[in-house]
Amino acid sequence: MSETTARKRAHRPPALLIALGLIGLSVFVIPLVGLLARVPWGNLPELASSPVVIDALRLSVVTSLTATAISAVLGVPLAWVLARTNFPGRSILRALITLPLVLPPVVGGAALLFALGRRGLIGEPLHAATGLVLPFSTWGVVIATTFVAMPFLVITVEGALRNLDPRFEGAASTLGADRWTVMRRITLPLIAPSLLAGLVLTWARAFGEFGATITFAGNLQGRTQTLPLAVFVALESNRDVAVAISLIMVAVSLAVLIALRDRWWRAL
Amino acid sequence: MPLLCRVTIMTLLALVGAGCAGSGDESVNGEVLVSAAASLTEAFNVIEDAFEDANPGIDVSLNLASSSNLREQILEGAPVDVFASANTSNMNRVSEAGAVAGEARIFAENTLQIAVPAGNPAGVTGLVDFANQELLIGLCAEDVPCGDFGRQALDNAGVTPSIDSNEPDVRALLTKIEAGELDAGIVYVTDVISTEGGVEGVEIPENQNVVAEYSIAILVDAPNAEAAAAFVSFVMSDAGQGIMGEYGFIAP
Repeated sequence: MSETTARKRAHRPPALLIALGLIGLSVFVIPLVGLLARVPWGNLPELASSPVVIDALRLSVVTSLTATAISAVLGVPLAWVLARTNFPGRSILRALITLPLVLPPVVGGAALLFALGRRGLIGEPLHAATGLVLPFSTWGVVIATTFVAMPFLVITVEGALRNLDPRFEGAASTLGADRWTVMRRITLPLIAPSLLAGLVLTWARAFGEFGATITFAGNLQGRTQTLPLAVFVALESNRDVAVAISLIMVAVSLAVLIALRDRWWRAL
Repeated sequence: MPLLCRVTIMTLLALVGAGCAGSGDESVNGEVLVSAAASLTEAFNVIEDAFEDANPGIDVSLNLASSSNLREQILEGAPVDVFASANTSNMNRVSEAGAVAGEARIFAENTLQIAVPAGNPAGVTGLVDFANQELLIGLCAEDVPCGDFGRQALDNAGVTPSIDSNEPDVRALLTKIEAGELDAGIVYVTDVISTEGGVEGVEIPENQNVVAEYSIAILVDAPNAEAAAAFVSFVMSDAGQGIMGEYGFIAP
């Protein structure tokens, strides 16, 4: 056996790995094929432009982008604190932030209701002082989606900050840059790919949020009924509409994920 | 499960050289999957226990959700033995699809009540308050039976409701009323009873109210048709009807 064939053979993945990989792939592909098989292509434009779908799409875009923006403003500083400071109980804090990733969203929604609802721990004094009611409002949707989606941003950005070579920031400081300038000119540009990946993940999670939203914010067309809620309701009344909405969600999410794939792979 | 039963039979044959152990009630055994409307939760939990006590060989699994949700699962081929729907229209849809074995039977009736948080903080007196935009009003979603019936009652009362949330099923609606997050909603009389004081009921007059007929059937593709038949007969029996009555259901 020549040396080159041996090397070639070593580079060829084992058949078992390929087989298992293909089965793994089918887990993702089969449901999509099932969905596509049900799409009523003929009256798709008509279904996709019905008032329920337009309202839900508008609401989903607005609330998911708002939740992403809030996550960026609050989540990046939080990630910085986690990555750069040392204090007792930091690992507990990190576990708390990761909790929404693993918790059933319905539990998160119920917890939000008990905290921020009209009779909630914070919600009641808030209501008494300002008359503000968060559940059953569009802000309720934003809060629920932020709760569920922000951990993606914090975790991604914290990881990037930890892997950053501290000598870059040290050099900038030595050259006279103040801490804010270092953050703006050195730290943020260096973690930009991870930040972008985190933002995309956060947005995608927010766009698909269902459980916390329906539990905390209820379900009303035009006010709190996002696309996932509209799919859920339509599944029981008009399946063609449900399939049309599902197709919109798959197309939008896939388009965003593919468009950002290069930066994506580099960052994760 | 038939396979499990077969394995059990073979084990028993090998061990004692006898047939499948008779458990009082002939040779009916195995698992039976019952898809029941969310409003049947408490009553069917008790019926499940009583039925399993009477039939030690049978293991009942309850799949509880809105009737419309259950209907879709069945039409998509879920391996369900018995369907208990909170209205006849969902049962009819399943029946029209040819999924019902024999005839569906009405096994209980239920009427509607307004549910308000304990103490009725918003002072709700009747369906007319559902038009008040100041109040937070919830209904079941339109295609869920309680949503359909609730809208019929509002129609009967000539009220156009100012809705703040269309909840996916009656339990979700009840939870939000119990938490005090909604001021009022329309649920079944039995739901108000089931919260044991968590919510208060406000009567809906008979001329506005709607009678919900609960329908039960064995499905054509029932994996365990014998156990399914035994379960349905138990629900229709005096024992079953007695339990239903305890939870506020009316015998048909």
